Amino acid sequence: MDRNSNAYTFLFAIALVAVVASALAFAATSLQPAQAKNVKEEKMQNILGTVGIETSRDSAQVLFNKYIVDQVALSNDGTPKADVNAFEVDLKKELKKPVEEQAFPLYVANVEGSKYYIVPLRGKGLWDAIWGYIALKDDVNTIKGAVFDHKGETPGLGAEITQGWFRKRFEEEKIFDGDGNFIGVSVAKGYQGGDNKDDNAVDAISGATITGDGVTDMISERLKNYLPYFEKNTNIKVAMK
Amino acid sequence: MSKELNKKEELILFLSDTDEREGLLGKKNRKLLSDPLTDNNPITVQVLGICSALAITVQLKPAIVMSLAVMAVMAFSNMIISLLRNSIPSRIRIIVQLVVVAALVILVDQVLRAYAYDVSKELSVFVGLIITNCIVMGRLEAFALGNGVYKSFLDGIGNAAGYAFILILVAFFRELLGAGKLFGYQVIPDSFYEFGYSNNGLMLLSPMALITVGIIIWVQRSRNRALIEEN
Repeated sequence: MDRNSNAYTFLFAIALVAVVASALAFAATSLQPAQAKNVKEEKMQNILGTVGIETSRDSAQVLFNKYIVDQVALSNDGTPKADVNAFEVDLKKELKKPVEEQAFPLYVANVEGSKYYIVPLRGKGLWDAIWGYIALKDDVNTIKGAVFDHKGETPGLGAEITQGWFRKRFEEEKIFDGDGNFIGVSVAKGYQGGDNKDDNAVDAISGATITGDGVTDMISERLKNYLPYFEKNTNIKVAMK
Repeated sequence: MSKELNKKEELILFLSDTDEREGLLGKKNRKLLSDPLTDNNPITVQVLGICSALAITVQLKPAIVMSLAVMAVMAFSNMIISLLRNSIPSRIRIIVQLVVVAALVILVDQVLRAYAYDVSKELSVFVGLIITNCIVMGRLEAFALGNGVYKSFLDGIGNAAGYAFILILVAFFRELLGAGKLFGYQVIPDSFYEFGYSNNGLMLLSPMALITVGIIIWVQRSRNRALIEEN
């Protein structure tokens, strides 16, 4: 057959696309379980990381079952949704739904007698989505720990939010100000506060202003969704005065 | 050469595309590997693949992983295109190359995600960008379409190595001068900082990658004057 004829060109293109498409479909389906397992275990690893339990991905499942004592999905007014599996909730999809249909997962951890509330975060960085988890102590004011991750922030700049030294800055910070108003924690440029844990601010990463603003926004926006639940079910009143 | 070739000889000719019977790593084949490292470097001489050289050279580790991923994609895409070189219709050859490269890149990405999850997170969006790396398409078009499978394989490895060499060199200087670290570990001692040394934040931004590549080109051309074009 003439290699430059139209018929040959069409046949070649169709055959190539069919071969490539089936090869990729086969690879994607056969690798899917292994990929899903990685994602699930990483999520558990991140949740545990906020309450100070650093673990490898392999042992994440066991420790998760040991320390996470409760998981609930909450509606916007703070009532638990019994029919929703909190761990399976995808915040990315939830945030696109109408407000009254949204479900927000809350994890309750019990580590050696201390109770922590772990809230998943999701927001926008400079290039793409950023997300994370933040753990609050029993007073629902002091931060026990935070974990951040990102899809495509600049390596060496915005991508540094995943590093331990940045996460450490959030520990012991308060989300309410002295008068009981909800503030969150702002990632502040030109921060002069040193180790002050009562000013609702931490030092930003130079060169990563927009990623830092994204972290600020996602902490206050996501935590706001949980305030109705915290008001009814915890001793948050102390922080709110 | 006699016209009566047996099946085996025909296959060898198809795979190697050469009349000379030379060793697996004969002089010519060695040149395919070594040329792109020096006088025919894809980045500094052909000025291809600059975009990714700017994007992922902030730290050494991602630069090395990226180099390995590019090497795998280049070696296999060169081999596949070379195998198909006598059947690809010339009018759609660019699209065929693109489909093969894109398929390989997706495959690499999927395999990394399943079996090397941490590496895949490290590379994040940059794996997808291999598709747009001009070196890959450039070698397919310039070499694999006209050469045997084994030579194309060597050419892919050689060019990817030339790309890797520059990438790692640039990443070394950017991480060292920009963050005072190598592979994420502090290498510039604290006493330097006490004497007033400070990291150059500009090194972390893309413009300094371009300038670093420029300096490498400058050094290379002053050592080998044959590379300088005449106006």
